[in-house]
Amino acid sequence: MAKRKSSAAGKKPAADAIQPILNVDGVTLQYKTKEHLITATYRVGFDVYPADRFVLLGPSGCGKSTILKGIAGYMKPVEGAIRLKGKEISEPGPDRVMVFQEFDQLLPWKTVKQNIIFALHNGGKTDTAAEAEDIAMEYIIKVKLTGFEDTFPHMLSGGMKQRVAIARGMAMEPDILLMDEPFAALDALTRLQMQKELLQLWEDTHFTVLFVTHSIEEALISGSRILVMSPHPGQVKAELNAHHLNHDNVGEEEFAKVQQHIHDMLFADRILEEEIKSGARGK
Amino acid sequence: MSTIPNVLVRSEFEATDITEADTGDAARKLTLFERISDMNSVRKLSILVLVIVAWETYTRLSGVSELILPNFSATAAALFQAVTSEQLLEMVWNSMTVLVTGYFIGLVIATLLTTAATMTRFGNDVLSTLTAMLNPLPAIALLPLALLWFGLGADAIIFTLLHSVIWPVALNALVGFMSVSETQRMVGKNYGLKGLVYVGKLLIPAAFPQILMGLKIGWAYAWRTLIAAELVFGGSISDTEDGASGGLGWFIFANQMDLQIASVFAGLFTVILVGVFVENVVFNAIENRTVRRWGMQAR
Repeated sequence: MAKRKSSAAGKKPAADAIQPILNVDGVTLQYKTKEHLITATYRVGFDVYPADRFVLLGPSGCGKSTILKGIAGYMKPVEGAIRLKGKEISEPGPDRVMVFQEFDQLLPWKTVKQNIIFALHNGGKTDTAAEAEDIAMEYIIKVKLTGFEDTFPHMLSGGMKQRVAIARGMAMEPDILLMDEPFAALDALTRLQMQKELLQLWEDTHFTVLFVTHSIEEALISGSRILVMSPHPGQVKAELNAHHLNHDNVGEEEFAKVQQHIHDMLFADRILEEEIKSGARGK
Repeated sequence: MSTIPNVLVRSEFEATDITEADTGDAARKLTLFERISDMNSVRKLSILVLVIVAWETYTRLSGVSELILPNFSATAAALFQAVTSEQLLEMVWNSMTVLVTGYFIGLVIATLLTTAATMTRFGNDVLSTLTAMLNPLPAIALLPLALLWFGLGADAIIFTLLHSVIWPVALNALVGFMSVSETQRMVGKNYGLKGLVYVGKLLIPAAFPQILMGLKIGWAYAWRTLIAAELVFGGSISDTEDGASGGLGWFIFANQMDLQIASVFAGLFTVILVGVFVENVVFNAIENRTVRRWGMQAR
């Protein structure tokens, strides 16, 4: 098999005129455990353009969450660079808001509305309390939580908590919204509904979002462009278009074809790994 | 021949007429008795009443000497008399003033230590080493030394109180800070919180259940230490203050010297009452307004 090359910018002739919002350029990320230095990603490169619903897809251990942490500014790349609007990222900041998988990302000592105001105020988005209140209410309505604005997070269901987290992220109007498997901890029915709602929100404002998932179906439904990654260490395997697919296409031939294609790509690694293992055992 | 049973295929059905259950509504109002017996305070008060009845009955029936064990009514009368004509409330006030002074100075020092410990590794090492060394040392054991350093007076007691407050408060706050979830830390940094603002707006509220625990333990230690100190040295301390009547510990000590055993009991009762008041009213109110409201602690 030919050597894979992780060329950064994909071949997108139409996009030449528009500058990417986010440029990940040959990024290698490493972290330490007690005994090992783990290389999570190796020379990963991709570009995210305005209004993209960009998905990082791959099995566990492909470093997709680590990349997100790098973009958010919690980790520094040992090689390569991550640039937001041409400026290299050096620390966490409110221009890239992260929505986490964990329900405890909401501050339990603040109500739904106060959580959003807390973000707006500390992120330097608003100057006056009235302004922050208005924006908070606007986004609470957008995520359909009217009537719950003065509720504390522990009274909400998992799905509602994630809605608040998304509202908090969107209210900041960041250059890019980062989502780390935001629906993974939800039950299947709620997850489906949240995916639909996210698409509706996107229809409204066409915000730029980068999200991580290990579900091929979720990637195809929610994403417009998919970066498929292979594990140990994470490397770019392919970049595919999915803007033409959504919930309505589930079960259709085209959807199944792309799904199978990605499945084969991810599965090929596993077969290869097993071959190597059995080969090693044979010798 | 196979003993593995096959799936028994049965006919399917869908319910078309779902009626109300005969056993009553899905939700029923609790009866008055059920609601009253659910109230913690009611159940605990009734136990208290039982103890008092047992106490009164035993002392009356056994004919035990009043110098050994006065009955409840004598204790209550002594308490009433102490409050009305022996300035018991003033003594409680004296004790509380010393206690609150020591408590708050202790909190300030504990805050400084904990902040240093969260910010730097050296601070962390200092705090954990000092806590490990000094926490097991009963504060009252420092009183002789404190009297030597600060002389007979409130200063010596305050010094021992500091020792009983600082370590549990600092230790619990530090544990609380360290157990704040990684997600919440990342959220705080995401919205640009840094340095002391990060500590004040994120770490302290997020660690508040643990901090409150430290405050409660610190208070309980301080209260016990104070009474013990007043019991042992209360007399000499009250002598140095111009006309002051000493504290609650001194009240117990002085009455024991005068063989006013009912008053000794009344003094002990007051110690209990103040302790119960602070733990169940003051701290409970704080908990209701904070950690319980936020769902960070079970009810």
